Amino acid sequence: MINLKINGQPESVDAEPDTPLLWVLRDHLNLTGTKFGCGIGACGACTVHMNGTPLRSCIMPVSACTGQDITTIEGLRNGDQLHRVQQVWIDHQVPQCGYCQSGMIMATAALLSQNPDPSDDDIASGITNICRCGTYPRVRAAIRELASTATDDK
Amino acid sequence: MNATNNDSTTTGSGNLFQSGKPRNKWRRRFLITAGVLGGALAIGTWRFYAERDPLSAPANFEPDDDEAVLTGWLKIDTAGNIIVQVPRQEMGQGITTSLPMLIAEELDADLSKVRFEQAIVHPLYANATLLGDGVPMRGDDDGLLAAVMRTTQFKLGELLGIQATGGSTSVRDAWPTMRRAGAAARAMLIQAGANRFSVPMGECTIANGMVEHAASGKRAGFGELALDAAVLPIPEDVALKNPAQFKLLGTPQKRLDIPAKVDGSANFGLDVRIPGMLYAAITQSPVFGGSVSSFDASKALTRKGVKGVFNLPATSTSAAAIAVVAEHYWQARKGLAEVAIDWDAGANAGHDTDEQKSRYLELLFDGDARTYDSVGDVDSALAAAARPVTGDYFVPYLAHAAMEPLNCTAVIRDGTQCEVWVGNQAPTLARWFAAKAAGLDSDNVTVHTPYLGGGFGRRTEVDVVMQAVMLAAQLPDTPVQLIWSREEDTRQDVYRPMAAARFNAALDSNGNIDGWHNRIIGQSCTAGITARLMPAAASDVMKDKTTSEGAFDLPYSLPHRRVEHILTHEPVPVGFWRSVGHSYNAFFAESFIDECAHAAGKDPYEYRRGMLAQAPRHRAVLETAALRSQWGAQLPDGHGRGIALAESFHSIVAQVADVEIVDSTLSVKRVVCVIDCGFAVNPDTVVAQMESSIVFALSAALYGEISVKEGRVQQANFPQYDMVRLANTPEIEVHIINSGTEHLGGVGEPGTPPLAPAVCNAIYAATGKRIRSLPIRL
Repeated sequence: MINLKINGQPESVDAEPDTPLLWVLRDHLNLTGTKFGCGIGACGACTVHMNGTPLRSCIMPVSACTGQDITTIEGLRNGDQLHRVQQVWIDHQVPQCGYCQSGMIMATAALLSQNPDPSDDDIASGITNICRCGTYPRVRAAIRELASTATDDK
Repeated sequence: MNATNNDSTTTGSGNLFQSGKPRNKWRRRFLITAGVLGGALAIGTWRFYAERDPLSAPANFEPDDDEAVLTGWLKIDTAGNIIVQVPRQEMGQGITTSLPMLIAEELDADLSKVRFEQAIVHPLYANATLLGDGVPMRGDDDGLLAAVMRTTQFKLGELLGIQATGGSTSVRDAWPTMRRAGAAARAMLIQAGANRFSVPMGECTIANGMVEHAASGKRAGFGELALDAAVLPIPEDVALKNPAQFKLLGTPQKRLDIPAKVDGSANFGLDVRIPGMLYAAITQSPVFGGSVSSFDASKALTRKGVKGVFNLPATSTSAAAIAVVAEHYWQARKGLAEVAIDWDAGANAGHDTDEQKSRYLELLFDGDARTYDSVGDVDSALAAAARPVTGDYFVPYLAHAAMEPLNCTAVIRDGTQCEVWVGNQAPTLARWFAAKAAGLDSDNVTVHTPYLGGGFGRRTEVDVVMQAVMLAAQLPDTPVQLIWSREEDTRQDVYRPMAAARFNAALDSNGNIDGWHNRIIGQSCTAGITARLMPAAASDVMKDKTTSEGAFDLPYSLPHRRVEHILTHEPVPVGFWRSVGHSYNAFFAESFIDECAHAAGKDPYEYRRGMLAQAPRHRAVLETAALRSQWGAQLPDGHGRGIALAESFHSIVAQVADVEIVDSTLSVKRVVCVIDCGFAVNPDTVVAQMESSIVFALSAALYGEISVKEGRVQQANFPQYDMVRLANTPEIEVHIINSGTEHLGGVGEPGTPPLAPAVCNAIYAATGKRIRSLPIRL
């Protein structure tokens, strides 16, 4: 058994050690918000947080996650309160098909926690997820709004 | 549970077509209809449906106890929630908001009380417009023959009863019917209120979910009246609102599906979880049309969790494959890597797209072409040219690469009932083919359509449904979820066709185009899907509009013109890819028009505008794009601005691209986009679809290329088949022209065609280098 901490909860799973975290989340723990896109860490649909840092879970063996603090899209909100990235995603009507958006939101939340006021260049280098619906203009506008809010707070 | 490998496989591909020329156009047109009907009959689960009764509910439309059925299009529950049946599939285009808006408008309902459900599979929800649009005649052909053809195809669409999402048709197809359903439900609620209040119906009004009788002050909510209203007859004649009365339609509304798409709760096909479900991983013949000679599953079968290894023979819709079924997907995937497979590559092992490209360029000289449009005397005009202009163009195969890899979950219970969960664009086809794979009548098949993680045309196909149900048939009473890897998704696609074109234009002494000859070469997507779905109907006699759309129906005044297409047959399967033939013909024609403008020494915008005297809507779109983009303004060195115009799916789009080139590195800085789709039901969705199409088309223009060597697709995953990311997304500005509801057009695809030519024309403006082949190589 492998012991994990997912969204603040201890979890114990019977999976082979080389199983990518993605499939443990989806198939063992039924946390299906984290998506499979490429399986090689190229597209970012599987992005979760490990100790607050963005992680492409499709290439991370579950055995390397023991003792780490893992957050998935399901654990991003605080109770009934949406995370501010989720809220601004609704305000800007970002998602289309929606499939890549869990990863996009997790990547954005991690970017903003590390850099609350990212420049356009920071946004471009920080968000490398693929979206085939082309939601990038709205992703960028939504992050710009959050960045400007951060500036106002200073 | 190891399947043996003695199943003889049949090849599903190869040269499926017999050559044969139509004797005359009447015969050809008859055969379009006869071919589709014949093919449908050949499927075996076929029946004729009555013309769709537009409003009454299907017999198997089952409401919950607290829900009242008011037509087949909506239910109202006792709490006053309105539950709209959406007949199309949500793949990002916002249809689960736009279609409920049609009902909410006529019902005078509050959109916050509206929910949606995926409609069941039933001919009531057929998409007749999809077939009506397939008539190979110019959109501005108002002749009797064109009208008869369109009506015939539309009626055929009703008869076939096929529910499908594609061709940017959803709003156009639903526009009359769903508004009528909303208006009928409104009348039924008013009648129920009048009965309740014992007053004449004409004295009651309706607003914001309430029926009111002003004189007595009596009022009741939709939820209170719904069950009474549901037993009233559905009125046949109801007045629809004049667009001037619209309160909801035409104003930006927040999408109903978005809240579930920000917290991970939206369910896609891959998220289906059925108790006792197993997972399957699959590898398919690396060469199109190949088969399994033998395989050794002994090692895989010893792996923990593995339940079986299965040899799936090729069918007309799916490739030969080996699938491993296990308790968890990762076990299945690892097991699959341990199966030793000896493939018989078959007849296509030598196929090479470089060779195919050379062959196409040769065939453009002397290939056997069919004419799609012919006006005037092109040969004389070309011979008399004051200035001839010529150009050859090329585009490669493209994959769809939707973010959600193909997958399907299936179970057959008691050997009699099949249930399928699949993100699909054609539930009627999914049901037919699940029935075929299960050996059951389609009445015994239920198809569930969760959200689609992108479609772009790919999810019209039923290959993954066939494979999942074939697996389910070998695992009685066990749900199995078949998941294609990204590599399988890239290599086993039905591709946007490779295509090439040659132009010969004759400019007169003023630089105006007098003669225009355009030959295009490539496969037919319609023939491809027909061969897969209805092999008995596959035939070259069908003239396929999609091969030449965007070429034979240009809006410009071209006095002498001929547009022809040379049909080819290749082992690489082709299918519908966002904007289909427009995706390459707009690149060809709008680049070549630019060449003509420069040859004439004229401004590319003014040149186009000068040829649009007879096309005022196109001219207005072009003028607005020029105005909004500050066309003609001075640009810094290394920058360029290009323009392109394309009508597709009844919408007109112009785009102006600004590019910057530094040390041979291209960046697209800004795209200004103007669309006239007649009437924008949800304007924010129209903007989103333009943004989406621009990014989609830019990925294709910058990176998109599927190549084949030794019969094998060379690309596998995103590094080899790359995509635009946020970092190279231009600033995008979208402007909408509402020219009237009588001009309704689609929005899912029409933003795609003009992007590549606008960018390439901008590159020419910046550098003097003409890009005649995609993807762009500077």
